[in-house]
Amino acid sequence: MNTNSGSTTAVESRRAVLKAGAAITAATLAPGLMFYGVAHSRPAEEPASKDVRWGMLIDTQKCGDGCKSCVTACNEEHGLSGKTGPQDSQWIRKVDIRNLQTDAQHALPMLCQHCENPPCVDVCPTGASMKRADGIVLVDSHLCIGCRYCMMACPYQARSLVHEPLTDQKPDVPRGVGCVESCTFCVQRVDRDETPACVEACTEAGHNAMLFGDINNPETPIAKALKARASTEVRADLNLNTGVRYQGI
Amino acid sequence: MTAQSLVNSLIGALALSALLGLGTVAQAAADTPKVSAAKGDKCVENTDFMRRNHMDLLKHHRDDTMRLGIRTTKHSLKGCVECHASDKTGSVASSKEDFCVACHSYASVKLDCWDCHATKPGKKTRGKSDAKMPIDHAAHDHIHARGVK
Repeated sequence: MNTNSGSTTAVESRRAVLKAGAAITAATLAPGLMFYGVAHSRPAEEPASKDVRWGMLIDTQKCGDGCKSCVTACNEEHGLSGKTGPQDSQWIRKVDIRNLQTDAQHALPMLCQHCENPPCVDVCPTGASMKRADGIVLVDSHLCIGCRYCMMACPYQARSLVHEPLTDQKPDVPRGVGCVESCTFCVQRVDRDETPACVEACTEAGHNAMLFGDINNPETPIAKALKARASTEVRADLNLNTGVRYQGI
Repeated sequence: MTAQSLVNSLIGALALSALLGLGTVAQAAADTPKVSAAKGDKCVENTDFMRRNHMDLLKHHRDDTMRLGIRTTKHSLKGCVECHASDKTGSVASSKEDFCVACHSYASVKLDCWDCHATKPGKKTRGKSDAKMPIDHAAHDHIHARGVK
């Protein structure tokens, strides 16, 4: 008997929780209009949507002097060695720039700019270099022959070739010798509704210099920030319409 | 050589070849790759189907995931690794007895998945990323305003 009454209580309390949950997920906006969806990611079986465009906004004024949290986090997320030689992979790096006239100095994180019109995709002879529907520029290693045309075409020097055979890759980040690779906006995390590792690390380090999100959706913090203050594309003269924008340079 | 001895030697040769033949069959049976048991009750498809078609499933899934961003887990390579990694090496391809290598070396089919992909299952941690972030979760949801039926 005791067990029975116990289970009844459990069922009832579960019901109460479910009801409360339902109240949060579907709220009435206006008669006949409902607001659905508080923080749910795209279902696994649904392809990336062209209605979304992932972008990043980097405020170089907030970027910490000498801080390399973003670089370290990227290396760890993707299993990169962290070495910076000419044959080592770097998906994001801190670039120091100085205005020769005014002597103003900035250090800014430079990564694949996820162009709307990516030159790397234009030049790829095999179709390995590609742009996903949601604007993330990727290399399909299954098709990459390692010719490195894309590396030459990229105005941002964002890509690297894997020169040596690798072992112990991360399950989410396949990487292999003879293929070109670059920043993927942490596509494996984005598809789980998480932010890229660099952005997360920047926030954890307390700098909040990086913002990531859908720039097509006016409700997102990144779209609001882009609307509120002028931002710059690096090499805007090339008309690539980059997904990564900078403020403060 | 008489006709009789010719027949005798023919019979002898036949018997010998039959013996040898049987021997080869027995040998082959012993050499069939020993596939280690996997975790879980059963595979995502039945075994005969998987033996013949796993490469097609993987290739199809790889293109869907890589190019479209579809991330179902039923036919994913990561899924294979999670169930089939051996208890001894923790991997599907680091020793000759491991799941993938056992068959592929027997069938003499070169396998290059593991040049790039991890042969060991990942740790089941979701990491620090559960923390609150300045991400716009509204991102892929764009506000779905729907009429109530």
